Amino acid sequence: MKFAVVVFPGSNSDYDAFYAASRVVGEQAELVWHKDSDLKGADVVILPGGFAHGDYLRTGAIARFSPIMAAVKAFADRGGPVLGICNGFQVLLEAGLLPGAMVRNDRVKFVSKIVPVRVDQTDTPFTVACASKQVLHLPIAHGEGNYYAPADELAELEANRQVIFRYTNAAGEVGPEWNPNGSLNGIAGICNRPRNVVGLMPHPERASELQLGSADGRVVLASAVRSVMDGVRLHA
Amino acid sequence: MKARVYVTLKPSVFDPQGRVVADALVTLGYADVKDVRQGKFFEVELAGADPAAAKARVTEMADKLLANPVIESYRVEVLQ
Repeated sequence: MKFAVVVFPGSNSDYDAFYAASRVVGEQAELVWHKDSDLKGADVVILPGGFAHGDYLRTGAIARFSPIMAAVKAFADRGGPVLGICNGFQVLLEAGLLPGAMVRNDRVKFVSKIVPVRVDQTDTPFTVACASKQVLHLPIAHGEGNYYAPADELAELEANRQVIFRYTNAAGEVGPEWNPNGSLNGIAGICNRPRNVVGLMPHPERASELQLGSADGRVVLASAVRSVMDGVRLHA
Repeated sequence: MKARVYVTLKPSVFDPQGRVVADALVTLGYADVKDVRQGKFFEVELAGADPAAAKARVTEMADKLLANPVIESYRVEVLQ
């Protein structure tokens, strides 16, 4: 199977994602330039972290006009698995592929550290290989990861089990002291309604080998491999 | 023709930057400052002479790109 990693001008985790997909989980992977218009036959698409288009205007706001995004949207509409990591998550929000928006971290600081993240739902292509409520230690590195959605939309997200990852302590407990950025309900990652598009602020690809401080993130891409191999159907 | 667009976070969205600026102003001695909301300001220069049409177009631009309607609201002014 094959991963496509989209490269925007200003992406900086593109090679991390490429490395994790090709060398760590050992699948085919291809970097796809944002001006390309096709995804090279990929089974899974990753929008990596970084500062696409300098994050001008708002994080992710300009990247949604990159030519490749039409192909990403068409792929997502067909049920193809799409993972947005950090800036990639912000791009998915601005592109309307995921609901809600990001605002500046509540403590107005860029936060870069390894934090515990709980997997709340395992029925997505990027969490099928996780145990329910498994706590992963993953690095975060962002200034705008403070997830916001209007109250009615937030309630809908929770009711539809679209909150996939949450900031917790190592025991998997949610609380303001474990929330690094002020995100509503401690949200670290969500999925769309059909569950094939997932976005998260933490970087699983940067935690895929023990030398990097944690190998917990490997399960996210391993999930993608399993879901493609098993032909997991996430929606009717 | 010129139009101005003012973009601010909606009242329901916490503005961490505005809060920090407000705290700094209080530290400077402006004890009467209760809150600050930080926003963005755009000046858009347009071809055409019809103010009503300009307002409609710039409002559309604000909706589609200049503001993110999930978290921000905006106000458009057309200058003669």
